[in-house]
Amino acid sequence: MSPWGLVAGMAAITFGLRLSIIGLPGRFGLPPLVRRALRFVPPAVFSAIIAPDVLVPDGTLAVSLGNARLAAAVCAALVAWRTRNVLATIATGMATLWLLQALLARGGP
Amino acid sequence: MSPARTELLAGARAVGPLLLGVVPFGLIYGVLARGAGIAATAAQAMSAVVFAGSAQFVAVPLLGGGAPGTIVLLTTLVLNLRHVLYSASMAPHLQPLGPAWKRLLAFLLTDEAYAVTILRYQRDRAEARAATSTHWYALGAGLTLWVVWQASTAAGLYLGAQVPPSWSLEFTLALTFIALVVPMLSDAAGVTAAVTAGAVAVLGLGLPLKLGLVAAALSGIAAGMMAEARVSGRAASRSITP
Repeated sequence: MSPWGLVAGMAAITFGLRLSIIGLPGRFGLPPLVRRALRFVPPAVFSAIIAPDVLVPDGTLAVSLGNARLAAAVCAALVAWRTRNVLATIATGMATLWLLQALLARGGP
Repeated sequence: MSPARTELLAGARAVGPLLLGVVPFGLIYGVLARGAGIAATAAQAMSAVVFAGSAQFVAVPLLGGGAPGTIVLLTTLVLNLRHVLYSASMAPHLQPLGPAWKRLLAFLLTDEAYAVTILRYQRDRAEARAATSTHWYALGAGLTLWVVWQASTAAGLYLGAQVPPSWSLEFTLALTFIALVVPMLSDAAGVTAAVTAGAVAVLGLGLPLKLGLVAAALSGIAAGMMAEARVSGRAASRSITP
């Protein structure tokens, strides 16, 4: 599939989901089971994206202090929990990552 | 000033504080798309017609890594399922509008636009005010977000050519999602959904066609629902036998 075909496909899917209930004639409520399931979509999806990026940085599982991404993610999560501020979370995570990468490059602390 | 114009401007002003989160998000998207070798025109077109930050973010490494098109589309579908919830929540308020308005506002229904607009509709209802021109407010909020998203994408695509890979800027994606997911972990069911999805995503890394992401999301949703059912089941049995 060409990038243009993919852009068109992604646009059609996203628009379809956004219009799904708005576009229905009359009043329509989601079945309770579906409503309950949809609530878990964001935490499940976001966590599924984060975990491999953080825990498997170079193709192998790395749960150790030497994993700079894991340490940076933990610091960022603490900031997210305390401040709920997206920018502060990103800034903390990147600062931690750069600091640890510089330290590890020099032979480690 | 006509009520329509007043509402349009009020909606635009209401999203002002949220732009602080949208602009860096758009910038980073542009930088990452450039880094993944995606054509600038395709990346900008994606911002213009898909207009869904998190789906675009996830599509970038998939597209850059040569994942099959069906996986990109399936991921978009799972990732944007939450918009059905927004759609259901907005539907009663948009019911009196014609089909063109419904389509336009649905196209602009991002997380941020939803958050701002639904608050306004709820305020209208609480103050028993007729929401006759509130759709202009929704349009003002949605259009402002769209224009700012295009501008920040363009700036990111321009800057992206100048950022060296050693900056590990692609990690901002994981950090952005950490910032979004942590506030959702306020109850045991949410934590269960997130932990299960994370574990399955790591275990499923070896799956072909990057299917691990989809499998992880579906397992997380199922685990969250089961945890919730157990908690409410306990609450129900407590209320029967006090």
